[in-house]
Amino acid sequence: MLAVYKREFRSYFQSMIGYVFLSCVLAFIGIYFLSFNLLGGYPFYSYVMASGASTIFMFMVPILTMKSFAEERKAKTDQMLLTAPVSVTQIVLGKYFSMMSIVAIALLICSLCPLVIATTGNSYLATDYATIFAFFCMAGLYVSIGMFISSCTENQIISAVLSFIVLIVLYLWDTIVGYIPETEFASMVGFLILTLILSAMIYAISKNGLLTLIIGGAGIAVDVIWYLVQPSAFAGLINKVLSIFSCNEIVDNFAYYSVFDFGGLFYYISVSALFVFLTCQMIQKRRWS
Amino acid sequence: MIEVRDLVKRYGENLAVDHMSFTIEAGKVYGFLGPNGAGKSTTMNIMTGYLGPTEGTVCINGHNIMDEPETAKKSIGYLPEHPPLYMDMKVSEYIAFAAELKHVPKARRKEEIERVIARCGLDKVRGRLIGNLSKGYKQRVGLAQAIIGSPEVVILDEPTVGLDPNQIIEIRDLIRTLGREHTVILSSHILSEVQEICDEVLIIHQGRLIAQGTPAQLENKLGAPSLEITVRSASENAVKAMLFAVDQVKDVSCTVRDGEITAAIKTVEGADIREQVFNACVQNAIPLLMMRPIEFSLEQIFLKIIRDSAQGAEKKRKIKKVIRVPVAGSAAPETESAVGPAADSGTEVQE
Repeated sequence: MLAVYKREFRSYFQSMIGYVFLSCVLAFIGIYFLSFNLLGGYPFYSYVMASGASTIFMFMVPILTMKSFAEERKAKTDQMLLTAPVSVTQIVLGKYFSMMSIVAIALLICSLCPLVIATTGNSYLATDYATIFAFFCMAGLYVSIGMFISSCTENQIISAVLSFIVLIVLYLWDTIVGYIPETEFASMVGFLILTLILSAMIYAISKNGLLTLIIGGAGIAVDVIWYLVQPSAFAGLINKVLSIFSCNEIVDNFAYYSVFDFGGLFYYISVSALFVFLTCQMIQKRRWS
Repeated sequence: MIEVRDLVKRYGENLAVDHMSFTIEAGKVYGFLGPNGAGKSTTMNIMTGYLGPTEGTVCINGHNIMDEPETAKKSIGYLPEHPPLYMDMKVSEYIAFAAELKHVPKARRKEEIERVIARCGLDKVRGRLIGNLSKGYKQRVGLAQAIIGSPEVVILDEPTVGLDPNQIIEIRDLIRTLGREHTVILSSHILSEVQEICDEVLIIHQGRLIAQGTPAQLENKLGAPSLEITVRSASENAVKAMLFAVDQVKDVSCTVRDGEITAAIKTVEGADIREQVFNACVQNAIPLLMMRPIEFSLEQIFLKIIRDSAQGAEKKRKIKKVIRVPVAGSAAPETESAVGPAADSGTEVQE
């Protein structure tokens, strides 16, 4: 794993990607820091992280992750990794940690900013550093999603664009969910659509028509019958369910309310682990098909 | 050393490897021979654990590549068809990475890197970016990556493809020296290459192993050597009559061009009739322009075996119960008919 990690980390600085990522991220966050904190006189650095940094990460993480597996596959260097005496998990983790190290470099440099604020007067170091830490965990989720998408394709551009789309949907999730009406009927229809999407996914994975039919049919039946029996339970339910996937809210809890959201951190780490696992599965799957 | 049992690889409807079984013994150079798309690369990819088989097993030193991949892969060095090189790395960096990836112990790593660099003649280019190297050097870097850590088996997929003749000779020499320390398996569709380097040849066609043996054994399969002569004569029949008069001649086929007749003579196994033919020519006053013995090249063996197996498959479809009985001496001559339908090394007996 260490060999993969070291090579990967070095490769970011042998190509331009590492420098481009760091310079863009730092320049953008720097501008926010300048206008919010230095010129605006605002003592919370956590605001910069929650608003500025999460925007630029949405753009830059896909650029960081796009090559991770797509390039290996295109250049056929994955043959070397997969025929070496290391497991797929070690390869995936090596790459994941190397990307996280680059994110860590950016955030370590950002960590100097609260100290700059502290030299000039009031500062809220606990909130600021907790937010930076939460942000690091959220970046871990972004990177794991980007890495998974990169393992699905051998085209880096497609990988970057798809990752960007997923991240922007994730970023705007709360707003999108906010547009869904909170009526009982809307909830019922929402669940129907979710059931159909789920069925389509099951069919795409299993290619088993009967299984899809049973699960899809059961889902639709439960949804409709429950709605007819107890419509009041449906009011606003879909909004609640969908807002589970909200990702920025957790960093906002740290930044705006100074809440150390353990549950949120657990969410970031567990979903990241899920995508790392899916990446391993994706690579294994390709060996068998 | 390596045991391959009933290997099958299916890509959707397409059967890339069809129930292949063979055993690789230590200390030999093996050659996989087959046309493009025969399943050589797929077989190698499965043997090295890059792909999973649809059915069947691969055991390396008793370790199944599916169940204990990490242990099994330790005894293998693999150079795929496209060398897996990182173009933005320097040669020495890349080899150091390969050493670390393959768990060469830290204390031995430096020495091992130097050994491999010297072995593959990379000293001159060690500081250069791999992306800027010539194809021959890239191939050597790929080879260096395969032999680092001295794995017992080195598997090379078409190691000389796309190189110029000089580089081909260099790489072949390198492979030959590798054969002294490692068990080498290489694939190729170039027959002369396999004939030159390999101790044992496995002929693969349409995903199946259709013949296996040393190059000499495979040549023997085709039967007795024969003779080709060119004479100046107006009459093809006169030449034929003259040759059939010679003892031990079994068959003659002639081609006429510009008043010269070229005759391919098939003899009884082990017979040397060169003197008799010469004397016959003198007696009949037919000027002898050229005479040469014909040895079968792997090329002919290859084509013949492929045709035989295709024919075999077709006949199996037509006749339900057929036993193939090898008949001694039913050898094929080196003319067009050598690979034609008439030359079948087996006879079919209907039950």
